[in-house]
Amino acid sequence: MHRFLSSKWTKAALFVLCLVPLAAVIWPFVHRDTIPNPLEFIQHATGDWTLRFLVITLTVTPLRQLLHLPELIRFRRMLGLFAFFYGCLHFTTYLWFDKLFDPHEIWKDVYKRPFITLGFLAFTLLIPLAITSTAGWIRRLGGRRWRILHRAIYVSAVCAVIHYYWLVKSAVIRPLFYAALVGLLLAWRVGEWLLRRRRTALANAVPQRTPINAAQ
Amino acid sequence: MLIRKSPDLTYADVTLRSVYLDRRKFLRSAGIAGLAAVAGKRLLDLASPSRSVFASTKLTTIKGPFSTDEKINTFNEVAHYNNFYEFGVDKDQPAKNSQRFVTSPWTVAVSGEVKKPRKFSVDEILKLAPLEERIYRHRCVEGWSIVVPWIGFPFSVLANLVEATPKARFVAFESYYDPKQMPLGKYAGIQLPYLEGLRLDEAMNPLALLCVGMYGETLPNQDGAPVRMVVPWKYGFKSIKSLVKIRFVKDQPPTTWNISAPQEYGFYSNVNPEVDHPRWSQARERRLPEFFKSHKTLIFNGYADQVASLYTGMDLRKNY
Repeated sequence: MHRFLSSKWTKAALFVLCLVPLAAVIWPFVHRDTIPNPLEFIQHATGDWTLRFLVITLTVTPLRQLLHLPELIRFRRMLGLFAFFYGCLHFTTYLWFDKLFDPHEIWKDVYKRPFITLGFLAFTLLIPLAITSTAGWIRRLGGRRWRILHRAIYVSAVCAVIHYYWLVKSAVIRPLFYAALVGLLLAWRVGEWLLRRRRTALANAVPQRTPINAAQ
Repeated sequence: MLIRKSPDLTYADVTLRSVYLDRRKFLRSAGIAGLAAVAGKRLLDLASPSRSVFASTKLTTIKGPFSTDEKINTFNEVAHYNNFYEFGVDKDQPAKNSQRFVTSPWTVAVSGEVKKPRKFSVDEILKLAPLEERIYRHRCVEGWSIVVPWIGFPFSVLANLVEATPKARFVAFESYYDPKQMPLGKYAGIQLPYLEGLRLDEAMNPLALLCVGMYGETLPNQDGAPVRMVVPWKYGFKSIKSLVKIRFVKDQPPTTWNISAPQEYGFYSNVNPEVDHPRWSQARERRLPEFFKSHKTLIFNGYADQVASLYTGMDLRKNY
């Protein structure tokens, strides 16, 4: 398993797999199927996949720890960037086909309609994360600051779920499903954080009996 | 008499010993192949949704009034893009999930404030009046629109037969609902059976159509078979599908979307570019299958000449 996860071929295969949803969006157009509302079809598909990739990205860290598979970290950046990629497509269809790149119209929409506001925010938050996803930026920012910045993905995921919830007319089951997933993934992190805090507190409270380097 | 004892099995059919001994591996690979086949099928379905053939009967029609000369949508577009939450909330679900929906025998019960309450079978309805083809614009509250050649006759024909009493001021409509035939109905997020309503004078307007077909044939199940209303100056959800009950009543009847979200969907729900839905603008519409919202939405969906007088003196912002 560890060798499989460390292989460059696995990463390449995953990259191709992540492009399958894009192919599924393009295929019906090539195939000349009847797509009564092409814009809605593209918007929904790209929106769905942005949210799915956000959830998948957030699953990496818990999975690493629960399954003791630290190698999974190799895929996190790529998955996050795919969330951004599908987010870009989603956002572009909105700007282009829905609003014809009209800044006035867009501003009116963002200002007036909460579900657009949140979708806008969810996407905007991903931009700095995509930019600083390179090794160079991690070095420049320093690990600690980089980690703090990249917590913005939590906010983005929550905004994305509410964006979805406010968008549907009545069938809230699917948005609630994603809300539960994101909720679970964030709760797990809060749990981890509390656990770690307690451990440090305990470690600080109990005078250390063993020399520090003995642990190593 | 020749009794043919066919040698069905030949030596070639004997399972190889190696395969027989290796049957676990065979089962495993068969399982994987099966999974792959299912996944492949699913992916193909995603890529090219299957186009079903719908059972329908040709109808003889005459040309009706009020038809638009705008470009008509294709049958496939109208039959594969439906809001019919009883069969699923996605637009492509009703076409897939309604094909085994039983629409015969079917009766429509008319009751309430009428002198002659009665039940109509669909066969009776088809013979009440000459069937007219009317090409109407259909504008959904979601911001898209289509142009459909409906078949039917004015609702007033049926209303005149049952003779509303002077007490009747509204007409309440109810759709068929059977959780067994419509298992997805419980996930619709709206209360079912679907209810709609019109003011009596709205229902009696010659535009209001009791509809039994489209594109020269009986209605496909997903478009509201066997009989539905078409009220073209109101948002699409006012045009109730698969109608089973009609009641003439004194007071304004409850309507499904109004119950679900009263601040978003009013009783009247007339098409109006000036009054936005709280979550989106209604100023423009996307004429399917176009990409852009290149059509300006018209007041009363372009039928102001026929219906504007119904609302003189009314505040259309308040009575949305």
